[in-house]
Amino acid sequence: MTALVELQDVSVDYAGHGGSVSAVQNVSLTLGENETFGLVGESGCGKTTLSMALMGLLPASARVTGQLLFRGQDLLAMSEAERRQQRGDELSMVFQDPATSLDPTFGIGYQVAETVRAHRRVSRGESKARALALLREVGIPAAESRYADPPHRLSGGMRQRVVMAAALANDPSLLLADEPTTALDVTIQAQVLDLLAELQRKHGTTILLIAHDLGVVAQICDRVGVMYAGQLVEVAPVAELFAAPRHPYTRALLEALPSRGRRGRSLRVIGGQVPDLSDPPSGCRFADRCPHRMDVCATVPPLVDSDSRRRIACWLDPATRATAGLPPVPAAPTPDAPIAVGPS
Amino acid sequence: MNARLSYALRRLILTAPVLIATSIFVFLLIRLVPGDPVRSMLGIRATPENIATVRSELGLDRPLPQQYWDWIWGVLHGNLGQDFISHEKITSLLKVSLPVTLELTVLAMLLAVGVGVPVGVLVAARTGWARKVSGGFVIGAISIPDFWLGLMLVLVFTGLLNVLPPSGWVPFTQNPVQNLRYMILPVVTLATGQTAYILRTTRAAMLGTLSEPYISFLRAKGLRERSIVYVHALRNASGPIVTVTGIQFGVLLGGAIVIENLFALPGVGRLIVTAISERNYVVVQAGVLTIACLFIVVNLLTDIVHGLLDPRVEEAVSS
Repeated sequence: MTALVELQDVSVDYAGHGGSVSAVQNVSLTLGENETFGLVGESGCGKTTLSMALMGLLPASARVTGQLLFRGQDLLAMSEAERRQQRGDELSMVFQDPATSLDPTFGIGYQVAETVRAHRRVSRGESKARALALLREVGIPAAESRYADPPHRLSGGMRQRVVMAAALANDPSLLLADEPTTALDVTIQAQVLDLLAELQRKHGTTILLIAHDLGVVAQICDRVGVMYAGQLVEVAPVAELFAAPRHPYTRALLEALPSRGRRGRSLRVIGGQVPDLSDPPSGCRFADRCPHRMDVCATVPPLVDSDSRRRIACWLDPATRATAGLPPVPAAPTPDAPIAVGPS
Repeated sequence: MNARLSYALRRLILTAPVLIATSIFVFLLIRLVPGDPVRSMLGIRATPENIATVRSELGLDRPLPQQYWDWIWGVLHGNLGQDFISHEKITSLLKVSLPVTLELTVLAMLLAVGVGVPVGVLVAARTGWARKVSGGFVIGAISIPDFWLGLMLVLVFTGLLNVLPPSGWVPFTQNPVQNLRYMILPVVTLATGQTAYILRTTRAAMLGTLSEPYISFLRAKGLRERSIVYVHALRNASGPIVTVTGIQFGVLLGGAIVIENLFALPGVGRLIVTAISERNYVVVQAGVLTIACLFIVVNLLTDIVHGLLDPRVEEAVSS
């Protein structure tokens, strides 16, 4: 797996009126070519901030530190003009709500074609032909006659297809999909996910899929990263994560899901609340809600390789403990029975 | 395109009741003003017989509904009536004065839009001094009455600098350069307040639009900031801008009445004011009706432009 994106100790802080908010803290992550990576976590955990940092679209109040490499290029060292040229071309993004992602006053075809024209020296005719091909590829029926239609004449699912056509217009290497199906009906969700997976196969695009719906992640992702309150706590191949979650937060998250295997039992909830990110705890941010809390949790656990395929940031994990010279936890809590999770 | 045409037609038909109401209103209002056109025509030494004769000549002895009907019937047949005093046809009076008013208001509107929109767009994305300066200009320009501003401009550009004529007018066809020189001060006076309104509306509309999610998506597509602002955001912000411009055109027409008198421009406004003091009923009625028509036409154009710029408007109206 060659790395397309490498994040090293990436932190994002928003400057606010009463001090700064630490939205993302020391996230290190590598995305390979041709990979579909899911990033999950509850609202406000920093998933979107992280993707906006990759796109270079954070507001002026945000301060990004660490290293963001795209094909070995340091994104933070690039000028705004260079980053603009990269956006929509090398890396692209699909937003959550297709109802508001498209300019309501322009035809859908134009909005795809302009992405082509923003990055390629092509005539209007050529960009239109390319836009039509893209609209057909994402499954817009009668693309020719719908080309000039304004977005409001299309259904939500169709609009998200148009958004995807615009995002993929220049065959990007990396597509950031920020909850692309959250605003859609369940049946349409499945169609859009299928389309995303199909496009990924066909073009070899690396996809960073941001979701809070684990079912969505299970459906199309290869690997998944779990974020909590701005920290990346666990990274694992998708099947392994669902089968045997290792971080206490991941485990709690999966237990909170309704599933067939747990029929008749009440859903577990995670006690306590997400910490206030304008005054975050100094150590592990999940510690306050964690059933296994120890003294060492007052220090941030580093995200380390737990085995060849998994990474984890928890003081319960022997690999993490080894970094601080600690012996394995004597009575390691037995992981709960595997939980079947998936699109049901 | 068919929907667009029927939309325009429907809007046009809807203007008929407005015009009828306006005509009745003006007709009654001018007759409520104390004073008698015949007395002011004939002077204080006129005998009651004289007065009665002239009254019946002008049809002023007939009952009001009859008078209204006679007038409006003429108007519908293109006959606006005759000036009580000069006996000139009102259509020929308007032929001279309407172009003056149109030139004044259209130039003022062009200036106001030409300055207000670009400056509004520029300051929308800015904080700091640009915002403060433009905010100060807006408050100042809206607060200053135009007749006072006009006087001050005359004081500066004629009294101190002596570069522009204080008042007067020559037809454009006769001497275009001189005509425009006469127009500068009235146009600037009239446009200042309008510029402020349009600037403020543009700034607010652009601020709202630039925070829309589709602007983020345009950025994510890698479009240049220039085309995001001027192609996408401005078109989306154009609704309120076009609407305010249309409404302000009415204010502009009202202001033109004052300005034409201040700068001695022989426009419709001046025609109306002179006619009011003479109780020259028919001229007042014709003048006001003309201005009302102008306003309605501008509003119609506004709606059509709005529909062209935003496809949602047209569909909302036609469905």
